[in-house]
Amino acid sequence: MAHVSTLIVILPLLGYLLVLINGSRLTERQIGYVATGVVGLSFVASVVTFVLLLHRHSRQVTVHLFNWIDVGTLHVPAALLIDPLSITMCLFVTGISALIHLYSIGYMHGEKDYKKFFLYLNLFVFSMLTLVLANNLVLTFVGWEGVGVCSYWLVSYYFDRDSASSAGKKAFIYNRVGDVGLLLAMFLLFSRTGTLTYVGVFARAGSLSPTVATLVVLALLLAATGKSAQIPLFNWLPDAMEGPTPVSALIHAATMVTAGVYLLVRMSPVLAISSSGRLTIAIIGGVTAFVAATIATSQKDIKKVLAFSTVSQIGYMVLAVGVGAYAAAIFLMVSHAFFKALLFLGSGSVIHALNGEQDLRKMGALQRFLPLTFPTFLIGWLTISGVPPFAGFWSKGDVLTNVFEHNKILWVLGVVTAILTAYYMSRLFVLTFRGTERFREVTHGHDPHESPWVMTLPLVVLAVLSVLGGLLDLPWIHHDSLAGFLSSTFGYVAPLHAQSTLSQYGLAAVDVAAALIGLAAAISIWRSRTEDERLTPAFLEHVWYWDDFYDATIGRPLEELAVFSDVVVEDEVIDGGVMGLAVGISRSAESVRKIQSGFVRHYALAMMLGTAVLVVFLVARVS
Amino acid sequence: MHSSLWLSALLVVPLLGSLGAMLVRKQQGRSYAVGVVTASVEMALGIVVFFLYNNHLAHAQTFDFATRHVLAAPLGLAYDVALDGISLFLVELTAIVVLLALLGGRDKRREPSFVAWLLVLTSLTMGSFIAHDLLEFFVFFELTLVPCYFIISGWGGKQRDFAALKFFLYTFSASAFLLIGVLYLGFAHQHQSGGALSFAYGVLQSTSMSHATAIWLFVAFAIAFAAKAPIWPLHTWSPVTYAEAPTAGSIELSALLAKLGSYGLLRFAVGLFPLALADVRPVFLTLAVIGILYGSLLACTAKDLKRFVAYSSLAQMGFITLGVVSGSQIATVGAVLLMFNHGIITIGFFLIIGFIEQRRGSYQVADLQGLQGPAPVMAGVFTVVMMASIGLPGLSGFVSEYLILIGTFAVHAWWGVVGAFGVVAAAVYLLWAYQRVFQGKAVGANATMPDVNTKERWVLVPVVVLIVALGVFPHPVLERITPSVHQLIEHVAPSGVTK
Repeated sequence: MAHVSTLIVILPLLGYLLVLINGSRLTERQIGYVATGVVGLSFVASVVTFVLLLHRHSRQVTVHLFNWIDVGTLHVPAALLIDPLSITMCLFVTGISALIHLYSIGYMHGEKDYKKFFLYLNLFVFSMLTLVLANNLVLTFVGWEGVGVCSYWLVSYYFDRDSASSAGKKAFIYNRVGDVGLLLAMFLLFSRTGTLTYVGVFARAGSLSPTVATLVVLALLLAATGKSAQIPLFNWLPDAMEGPTPVSALIHAATMVTAGVYLLVRMSPVLAISSSGRLTIAIIGGVTAFVAATIATSQKDIKKVLAFSTVSQIGYMVLAVGVGAYAAAIFLMVSHAFFKALLFLGSGSVIHALNGEQDLRKMGALQRFLPLTFPTFLIGWLTISGVPPFAGFWSKGDVLTNVFEHNKILWVLGVVTAILTAYYMSRLFVLTFRGTERFREVTHGHDPHESPWVMTLPLVVLAVLSVLGGLLDLPWIHHDSLAGFLSSTFGYVAPLHAQSTLSQYGLAAVDVAAALIGLAAAISIWRSRTEDERLTPAFLEHVWYWDDFYDATIGRPLEELAVFSDVVVEDEVIDGGVMGLAVGISRSAESVRKIQSGFVRHYALAMMLGTAVLVVFLVARVS
Repeated sequence: MHSSLWLSALLVVPLLGSLGAMLVRKQQGRSYAVGVVTASVEMALGIVVFFLYNNHLAHAQTFDFATRHVLAAPLGLAYDVALDGISLFLVELTAIVVLLALLGGRDKRREPSFVAWLLVLTSLTMGSFIAHDLLEFFVFFELTLVPCYFIISGWGGKQRDFAALKFFLYTFSASAFLLIGVLYLGFAHQHQSGGALSFAYGVLQSTSMSHATAIWLFVAFAIAFAAKAPIWPLHTWSPVTYAEAPTAGSIELSALLAKLGSYGLLRFAVGLFPLALADVRPVFLTLAVIGILYGSLLACTAKDLKRFVAYSSLAQMGFITLGVVSGSQIATVGAVLLMFNHGIITIGFFLIIGFIEQRRGSYQVADLQGLQGPAPVMAGVFTVVMMASIGLPGLSGFVSEYLILIGTFAVHAWWGVVGAFGVVAAAVYLLWAYQRVFQGKAVGANATMPDVNTKERWVLVPVVVLIVALGVFPHPVLERITPSVHQLIEHVAPSGVTK
């Protein structure tokens, strides 16, 4: 098992190195197949490891690779932790990645930096797997930063476009702010427990004082808000849509952005100690879900809608973590990976068909032209909207049921968000596939064409997964399901009050009603129009002016401080002081001119010669 | 214990090479060849010393290769050398720097003297790192100014005379404090114990002194080292000097000579005056974090790439200082590691800036744009170096920065917290600079700038290899540094926390 599980991580790295070293000798197709192949094999290795783990008595295996950092009391091994949580992550990360790699072979065809794209993509998968399989926080941090830097490279893939390079930079810096949280959490845990391995920290979590535990949880939350695009650090994600669409699907929807949720779930034994920390998490998640959903209703770019939708859905996951429903969070994470990847790849197929057009106002009536993209996208749309029996209904329902138990206000917020979700997705669907043709200008009058099989096959697979994903965790078979499989890895979870079947059906009915209200509203409004100022207010379109706010309160003051430091502090105060001192001294010696006319040169030479003479003299004397 | 001849060879070989370079100065290009051969021999010696030291790991807490010859008893002057895990990596760095500076920063104007000065500088720096005697250290430390002065003023840019003068006077004045401190300490010891005047490191460690004296001496030493490193606010010589120096000079100054400051601070100030450390620590921790943030801020405003690296180095030296004065074993190991890593990273930066300057005739940010298009390999290497400097895990910079921060946090939490924000700042200024220089659309001369050629690639290879190797597998380095730092910190222990 140790060998197979090591292969999960090593294979994508191998692919990276293979293409890096041999890239110039391989054709475009070969590069694509190698990169896709290694990730596919990594998926196979994950499946094998999963089966082996199922048949083990103890479902927690540590695979030690080598000693990475060993200084004093700090021991950081490069080691993997194979347990139900990490293997669940591996399965869906490698599975979805393999599909998106395949899709990219078609989507990126003919791009100038084709090789670079697949290099980064493989490196990303390697980093993501390091993140989830690490047995300690520092190694998780390696993956954490690794996915961040791959995201930076892939967002600014079209580096000659200013918007792309700025977006990449913004993504990286926002993430870095979050990273400080993870660093501080590690520093605190190390100074209090003396270890950074998950198993070690959990064993000693009981000795943490409530204050320290809360600080750790808040620091972890800061980390999660950066990586998982939550308030207050959420606004890098929409900009990140500058990257090629497969990147948006893989990194900025299915996998990397869920890393924050994974981290919180992984650290659930520490979360268990701090109820105020958990409440903060729940509020951040609930509010983010709502705010992002409102913004998604007013975006004109198809990918921007999906980006805010991702922020909103991750908000649900964070909310679930906050109320201790860790299994529900992972359930939503997995099903979200299916349907959001499907939606992004579907939108990519649309964009591909329209020569790169992303504006919803220039689409419409594409149903006739995209025979495979349309039905699969339809499934994606119904899944995210929460219509039964698709995966989204079950997973979102699972989250909302748990939230209802813990906090009625956040539950109401969650239901309102569900209405908004159905609304904005239906708007997107109607504007893209229904209504009148508005794309002739961008296609130069031609009919849009369906994408090649490498692109449509992943769509079909993901559509099937979106339909069947609910089977992972149906409410009435809680023991033989995802939740039962994962439960051993969680910290203490407050038991739900035994819910009556009636109240469960009642809550499900509310979910369905929410979905239908949103659906109906959007269809009736957007069937007949493409633009409406009143329904897409500037406040929402401009993301609640969030960027402008940061710019005014942080960006510009810092800029002014930098200029002030440069012009006044550096030149006048510090250097002015030093130079003043120098001039003062030399003036008092009345030798200003002498100094400037080579005095130092002579002095330096004299110093050298003097020493030389001295050394020769001494050596001669000694010997 | 191994023979001290290895260290003496490290000291003498560059001097002989320098002599050789001058002897063959009449033949075109010959002295450059002599220089490269000498630097290669020096590198080979460095590698041998590294592996010999490996044998020594069993009793790794003591000094290796040690010897002491008194040269002039009345003056207290002695030839006293020794090597421990801390100085080992600075010796390695010295050898790497001179080889890469020669290969990557070749300057054909009056080449023989250029090569000769560079080799003399190497010998003197080597001497400073292996010196086990304070007076001897001071002599080497001070003499490094001379070749530096001539390299800057002889081969520098437009303002070279001003830069050289400022550099010389700045650091020269500051080291006057060091000289006074060293002499005071030597005489004080002689006064206490009688016998001959001696400046041997091991002997002076046992000097007993009052609390106040310890503080004064610490501060005197620290001023000299702070100006050299540089530590905020004694840094204002560095932007103009780095900018005006020729590529090889900038590499020597920032990658290597700066480490004389931080090494001196650790070995001599922290190592000799543990009593004072507890009192002055808050001051130095504060100066360190100011340096981190202030350097980052000014790096954002820098208008040319060399000044940019100067300010980014100020921030990095802030991290090193944080580790050096923290009193934490983990952080101190991190600081020593960062001295080496920062050296390698800075070599990478200045080599690439040198290549750009050669091709474009400018290193002003405003003149450059979109270089990733015509020069993807150069951009790739720059990215690796930049990410190492940002502290991306998997690359060398991370391990050292992480050790410094986690160690500092454990004993002085708040400075650790502020330092951690320096991690964000580094990303801001580096990515911004990268965006302005390498991204965007290249037009005009930028669009046709040739990428690095084969020879330049080979110069960059060791930089990238060391950055990746020390990020993934720092063990061979850490296992050598840790025991020596433990030894030094244990000595510091009475005054502070040993965690």
